[in-house]
Amino acid sequence: MAEIEGGGGGHKKGGKPKGKKMSTRVDFTPMVDLGFLLITFFMLTTSMNKPKTMEINMPVKDVTEEEKQKVKASQAITLLLAENDEIVYYFINETTGDPETPVITNFSKGGIRATLLNKNKELLVKANANNYDSIPVLKEMYRMNQITEDEMKKRISGIKANPNALIVVIKADDKAKYRNLVDILDEMLICNIGRYAIVDITPVEQDLIKTAMSLKPL
Amino acid sequence: MPKVKVPRKSTSVDMTAMTDVAFLLLTFFMLATQFKPEEAVTIDAPSSVAEVPLPDKDMMTITISDDSRVFFELQGQQYKEELIKKVADIKEELIKKVADIHKITFTPDQIKNFSLMSSFGVPLNNLGNLLNTKSADRAKFVQAGIPCDSLNNELAEWIWQSRLINNQVRVAIKGDQDANFPVVKQVIKTLQEKKVNRFNFITNMSTETVEK
Repeated sequence: MAEIEGGGGGHKKGGKPKGKKMSTRVDFTPMVDLGFLLITFFMLTTSMNKPKTMEINMPVKDVTEEEKQKVKASQAITLLLAENDEIVYYFINETTGDPETPVITNFSKGGIRATLLNKNKELLVKANANNYDSIPVLKEMYRMNQITEDEMKKRISGIKANPNALIVVIKADDKAKYRNLVDILDEMLICNIGRYAIVDITPVEQDLIKTAMSLKPL
Repeated sequence: MPKVKVPRKSTSVDMTAMTDVAFLLLTFFMLATQFKPEEAVTIDAPSSVAEVPLPDKDMMTITISDDSRVFFELQGQQYKEELIKKVADIKEELIKKVADIHKITFTPDQIKNFSLMSSFGVPLNNLGNLLNTKSADRAKFVQAGIPCDSLNNELAEWIWQSRLINNQVRVAIKGDQDANFPVVKQVIKTLQEKKVNRFNFITNMSTETVEK
C-alpha cells in the first residue's frame, strides 16, 4: 500500500524537467502490527502483582524452663487445625487446669474469627479496657471519619500490646494443610492478636480432635 | 439512465495516532515487565491479607509443592557459584565419613549451570545429572525434592551454607496451599535448628474476606 504518487510520467515538452514528486506518506500498518504483537507478548508474560509475604517469628529453640513464660489459663485459647479445613478449639479451665470441652468450628467469618473476637473483647472488657474492636471495624470507623488515622493506629497497637489480651496457641495436626496455617495466621492479623505461637501438637490433642470429630453431629 | 459515478475515496487511514498509542503501551509493558523465572514446579500460594511486599534481594526461597517435595533457591549468581562449591566440599567430607563410593565434584560447566538455574529439588547425588540436562529439557527432569528428614537433612546444609556465604540472606517459604503440614513443620524445624527464627511465608494478595 505504500503510496507513490503516480503523475509525472515523462517530461513535458518545452517545460523545465521537473523532479518527480514523491509522496512523503509511509504506510504504518506493518509497524502497528508489530507494535501490537509485542504488546500482546509483554502483556501475557508480565506478572504484575508482586507476591506478598507474612513475617513469622518463631521462638528460639533452646530456652530454659525459667525463661519460658507461663500463660494464664484464663487468657489462652488453643486452636487445633484439623483435617478438611476444620478447627477444634478449647480453653483451659482455670480452677481445675483441665481442658474444657472442645468445640469444632471452621474458617468462615462467623467461625473462628467470631470466637476470637468475642473472647478477646470479653477479656479486655473484664480488664476495664474500652478498646477492643477488630481491625476491620476500626478501619470502617476511620473511613466514616469517626476517628482519625492516628487514633486508629493507636487503638490497633493498643489492643495488641494489652497484657490482658487473648493469647492464642496454634497447633496443627498432621492432616492439616499449609493453607490452614496461613489462614489462621491471617485471622491473627485480622483479629488484632499480638501474642500467638505455633506449637507442635501432642498425642493427647490428636486424640482430642478424633473424639471431637466423632461426636460431631452430621 | 446514465450511471452515477461515485467518487472513489482512498481507503488508507492515518495510522500515526494508533502507532503512537501502540508504542506507548509497548514501552509501558516493556518497562513494567519482570519475567517470571522458570519454576521447577508450579505453586499455587495461599491468599492472605498480608500487605508486605517480598524483598527483591538477598532471598533464599524454600518451595514446598503440593506433593510434598521441597525445592531450594538462593538468589544471586555469584552466591550460587560459591554455594555449590562449598556444598560439594562438604559432601566430600560427609562421603569420606560414611565411606560412600559416589564422589561428588562439579565441573566448571556444571557450576555455571547451577548459578544460572532458579530453584531445584534433587538430592545431592542426583544434582550432577540435573545440571547436565540442557535448560530446555530441564522441565522434563523428574525432581524428587531435597531430602529434609532427620536421617538425611540436605536442606539444612543448603540453608547453613547459604547463610555463611551471604549473611544478609532472608528466608522465604513458598508453600502450595495444599501442601501437607508435616512437610511444612519439618522445614520450619530445620530452619530453627539452623538458627533461623524469623522467616516469611509467601502469599498472594486477597481481598479481606476469606471465602470458604
